[in-house]
Amino acid sequence: MNTLHRHLLTAVAVASLAACSSVKLDDAPVESRTGSTVVPGTGSGGANSASSSQTRVAPVDVTSTSNVSMSNLPRVVYFDFDSYIVKDDYRPVIEANAKVLSADRKRHMAVEGHTDDRGSSEYNLALGQRRAEAVVKSLTLLGAEQTQLEAVSFGKERPAVQGEDEAAWAKNRRAELASR
Amino acid sequence: MTLLSLPFSQIRFARRVACVGLLALLALPAAAQFRVEISGVGATQLPIAVARFRDEDKSNQSPSAIIRADLERSGAFRIVDTGSGALDETARPQMSEWRGRAADALVAGSVARLADGRYDIRFKLWDVVKGSEIGGQSQAVEAADLRLASHRIADFIYEKLTGEKGVFSTRIAYVTRAGNRYTLRVADADGENGQVALNSGQPIISPAWSPNGKELAYVSFERQKAVVFVHNVATGERRAIADFRGSNSAPAWAPDGERLAVTLSRDGGSQLFSIGKSGDSPRRLASSPAIDTEAQYSVDGRYLYFTSDRGGAPQIYRMAANGGNAERVTFSGGYSISPTVSPDGRTLAYVTRAGNAFRLVVLDLATPGAQPVTITETSDDEHPSFAPNGRLLIYATRVQGRIVLMTTTLDGKIKARLPSQTADLREPVWGPYGR
Repeated sequence: MNTLHRHLLTAVAVASLAACSSVKLDDAPVESRTGSTVVPGTGSGGANSASSSQTRVAPVDVTSTSNVSMSNLPRVVYFDFDSYIVKDDYRPVIEANAKVLSADRKRHMAVEGHTDDRGSSEYNLALGQRRAEAVVKSLTLLGAEQTQLEAVSFGKERPAVQGEDEAAWAKNRRAELASR
Repeated sequence: MTLLSLPFSQIRFARRVACVGLLALLALPAAAQFRVEISGVGATQLPIAVARFRDEDKSNQSPSAIIRADLERSGAFRIVDTGSGALDETARPQMSEWRGRAADALVAGSVARLADGRYDIRFKLWDVVKGSEIGGQSQAVEAADLRLASHRIADFIYEKLTGEKGVFSTRIAYVTRAGNRYTLRVADADGENGQVALNSGQPIISPAWSPNGKELAYVSFERQKAVVFVHNVATGERRAIADFRGSNSAPAWAPDGERLAVTLSRDGGSQLFSIGKSGDSPRRLASSPAIDTEAQYSVDGRYLYFTSDRGGAPQIYRMAANGGNAERVTFSGGYSISPTVSPDGRTLAYVTRAGNAFRLVVLDLATPGAQPVTITETSDDEHPSFAPNGRLLIYATRVQGRIVLMTTTLDGKIKARLPSQTADLREPVWGPYGR
């Protein structure tokens, strides 16, 4: 895929994503944002740059591979009350993760939806599912494949923080991206 | 088991309408097992005296206290003090004395250890007003079943005096959470005798009893996502019946016990499906762009009640059990969830939001235009479930920062808090008759 083609695709995808957002995009320069996002593990280094020594053994650590490569990626999208709209504030999160997924089609992620703890376990499970699916849709619009992603929900069962006030609730209304 | 039974007139009891005094019952020994809260006055309650069973202190249980607590919690009885006199099922009680105590019925009995280590528990029930014997029973049980035998006596008394089946020997299931430890438990209907069905480091929600009372369906997150399991309580044998892509949740048994309604997101969104109890032949029941979940069958199997936000906010809807058009059932309040329908199909209980409070309400389905009636004063009510005779509801709520289980009569006047130590208790569900 040539560079121009890719930029065009990204622009189309971002525009589609923006259509879901309530925030105007006029002042959001697409190119500079994508350019400023640091994505580790996708550069030209790594295994290819190994020494040519014939005695060298390349160590592989499968226990931490995904964690290391994910560590600098933003992983959480927060939502308004009773809402599953992925706000424009979180476009960098979506872009960074979509880029990682586009660069490596073997990589898989689960998007885990969460809610605050008001209302029933089951209705919240469904709300969390809707949030997770909204994030999956945003990621696929930016180039990730549906098959790389699974939207799941923990509803209100795994709060990020404890508490019965808006500050706590706001931190719990979220979707988390996790390597699978 | 011997069973003596005499005809009994219930009508006469209606003449004695007891006005309930707030806190009057809390001082009785029966209340030591759990806390019974009574609000309001004018409830029609039958005054009954349950004497201490002879030699009950030589067993590991206190049958008379268990029976008193059961009857009291039902809301249909008022417990009358028995004084200090000793009495058992062989006695010929002085009816004039019991009339003087304003008791309409009297229970006395005994507990005797048998040579094989079991216990013989006997009782007799008298109609004090008429001065006659109503019936009695003798049960030989293992020590571990003395509580169950006591609950069965309470069921006998309840049925003889109200004409309806008692639910005291049924079971409940619920989930406790202590730190990151989640436990699915099965207990007697009074919350005692809790036993562990499943321990997990991940959340467990939405337990549902099979119609024969032998299996529990529930949602477990042990596979890092919501998966529906069916679990034989007696053997511990379990199987995942819905583990599709996305979330699998909200199991509800069809009355035939062969299939379950579940909520699946495998085709996108949270949608209602029917699936075999072994996980076979999933079939979509409805298609909507909205959330459809928390399905519950009516006991006759004709309808599915469920929560949907197809109208913008969650409300309760009803459709034919095989799918089709849904009609909206709840209209008041901007947020109504967690429907459960009474065994006779006449009453819907659910949770509705009023301001910042989530309260348990009941709606008379048999009367067109009826308005929901709020039956609690707490603000975080969840997961109501009907007793199999439809006279009580169990639900979870937050009291002083902890999540506890409560039972309530449908008028909200008699509430009991089930015992708990330190853990939060959630997701209660009342089992069927039989076990």
